[in-house]
Amino acid sequence: MSYAMDMQNYTTQSETATSEPKIMARDVNVFYGPSQALKSIQLDIGANEVTSLIGPSGCGKSTFLRCLNRMNDVIENCTVEGRISLDGVDLYNSGLDPVLLRARVGMVFQKPNPFPKSIFDNIAYGPRLHGTVSNKDELDERVEKSLRRAGLWDEVKDRLDKPGTGLSGGQQQRLCIARAIAINPEVILMDEPCSALDPIATAKIEELIDELRERFTIVIVTHSMQQAARVSQKTAFFHLGELVEVGETDRLFTSPQDDRTQGYITGRFG
Amino acid sequence: MTDNTPHLKVNPALLKRRNAAEKRFRFYGLAAVMTAVLVLCLLLTSIISKGYTAFQQTYILVDIRLDAETIDPKGTKRVEDLAAASYRGLLRSALREQFPGVEGRKAKRALYGIVASGAEFDVRDAVLNNPKLVGTTATIAVKSSDDVDSFYKGYIPRDVPESNRKVKDRELVWLDTLSADDRIVKQFNVDFFTHGDSREPEEAGILGAVIGSLYTLAITLALCFPIGVLTAIYLEEFAPTNKWTDLIEVNINNLAAVPSIVFGLLGLAIFLNFMGLPRSAPIVGGMVLALMTLPTIIIASRAALKAVPPSIREAALGIGASRMQTVFHHVLPLAMPGILTGTILGMAQALGETAPLLMIGMVAFIADIPGSMSDAATVLPVQIYLWADSPERGFVEKTSAAIMILLAFLVVMNAIAVILRKRFERRW
Repeated sequence: MSYAMDMQNYTTQSETATSEPKIMARDVNVFYGPSQALKSIQLDIGANEVTSLIGPSGCGKSTFLRCLNRMNDVIENCTVEGRISLDGVDLYNSGLDPVLLRARVGMVFQKPNPFPKSIFDNIAYGPRLHGTVSNKDELDERVEKSLRRAGLWDEVKDRLDKPGTGLSGGQQQRLCIARAIAINPEVILMDEPCSALDPIATAKIEELIDELRERFTIVIVTHSMQQAARVSQKTAFFHLGELVEVGETDRLFTSPQDDRTQGYITGRFG
Repeated sequence: MTDNTPHLKVNPALLKRRNAAEKRFRFYGLAAVMTAVLVLCLLLTSIISKGYTAFQQTYILVDIRLDAETIDPKGTKRVEDLAAASYRGLLRSALREQFPGVEGRKAKRALYGIVASGAEFDVRDAVLNNPKLVGTTATIAVKSSDDVDSFYKGYIPRDVPESNRKVKDRELVWLDTLSADDRIVKQFNVDFFTHGDSREPEEAGILGAVIGSLYTLAITLALCFPIGVLTAIYLEEFAPTNKWTDLIEVNINNLAAVPSIVFGLLGLAIFLNFMGLPRSAPIVGGMVLALMTLPTIIIASRAALKAVPPSIREAALGIGASRMQTVFHHVLPLAMPGILTGTILGMAQALGETAPLLMIGMVAFIADIPGSMSDAATVLPVQIYLWADSPERGFVEKTSAAIMILLAFLVVMNAIAVILRKRFERRW
């Protein structure tokens, strides 16, 4: 009951902010072979805000995140049912090319995974691939802009030809964020982007997420409730493949409607 | 609820046993390594000590009167005429002049026998190199026969009874005379590297087999590298896991263990008898060896692809690369060192392979150096097999020398593998 109420609440709120949610998920069921990973998920993700997905390990939050840019396609035996739409276009049943979708919905992974190439080539790969720059000057400009936005430019501008893998963990993760925003996606998905980083690097990334919100819609999976509270406007709590509760982050953390949410955020399980 | 388990106490006997076992294991390991090194040293010593003499050849300096009348009766001085002339008579008369006392057909034949049957070509080559020699008396080094060569290399001892000795007493006298006159010289055996096979040990060279091996390996590489790598990429990156791909995988693993002679029989049946390709040709040899090497390359390539961390694939896919772009831009370059190492090891195996080539006729005696992929040829290991099987004393050192050449090729190939691995290796 509380869930339905919250949904209503959410919808009214987002209607005031933007006319329509950026991403809509309706009755999403995901199966890995015979086992069901997500059960009938309904979730709206508003444009230009940060939505965090929290929940204990194995609750399906990463699975849901990967449905949003069809990264699950690569996993064998993974079937996605239901309807997920981006700007009203069905991701799965409208003949949308997953490769193009992933250019619109970028992703940052749990472990920093720069390509074993130079810092420059790491950023330039996406624009080159999608042909979004026409000459070398534009490419240089794009690389610089992306690195600046990711707050990495000053640290790496003198060593753009050095391998990206030689950076520190936090720098690598910001490099991956820069790589993701270099192709100007509409949405950025982040799968526990700070779990492999120290607190200082984490703080930098969180700051960055807050800045990126102006231009991008961000969905972040996190294990840290503090992080969810710090960076996100909306929080969705997943448990055992179900979406238990979703709402304004402040509201969800201060007055959770569901016992399970209450239990999780107070540390009784998870 | 109390736990009464006592805290860990060190059991001295157990500790001692554990340390002893540790030490013992290290000793076994060291002993195994030492044994391997010792055997390797023994092998190399044996091959090199037997084979190094093959890189030298004994020559006899003979004063030959290069009679212009005989060589170039028309006085044209053209290279063709000089090459076409017969130098045998000149060489023989020079030998007779050197040893005027030799009378009788048999004795003369023995005298002519101290130089190689092809020695007249040494005279010809000297003349062709310097046509001005015609009409003069020149001292020319001609190749000695294989028996004389063996004698000077110490393989034919003086002190055995004459009946058991390939170099008879009469010949010993001539040779001693020549030695005393400083007419016996040893030179680097260029012919060993520039000649094809021959029935005469002193004329036999390795070049035919080397060229044959190169052609064969080129065919093998051209066939099995692209096929093997693409198969590995498809199976590893694209194919769904189902019973068909399982079946293919099991079969590839089994094929890697099939005795090579079976591939030879397959090649005989299909490439020669059914497709009618030329017998003894490197093209067929290469195809047979490609069949044999394919499983090795596929398995090595798959292992190399599997070792590329999935995070790289995710990174590329997440940025909007297609699966093929992901593989060719990111995964394959990272897997390349492993793939190249596997390929070169497979090539090295193919280079040393004999059995399947026997089945397709590459064991024939071929004196000519193959000029193309479809000419009859032999390869290094088969050449070794052929020479090891020859009765002449002179082939013993040739066999070892050929083994040295083969080993040198293998070392070079492995070195290339190491260099490529170092060069392409990228850390992530």
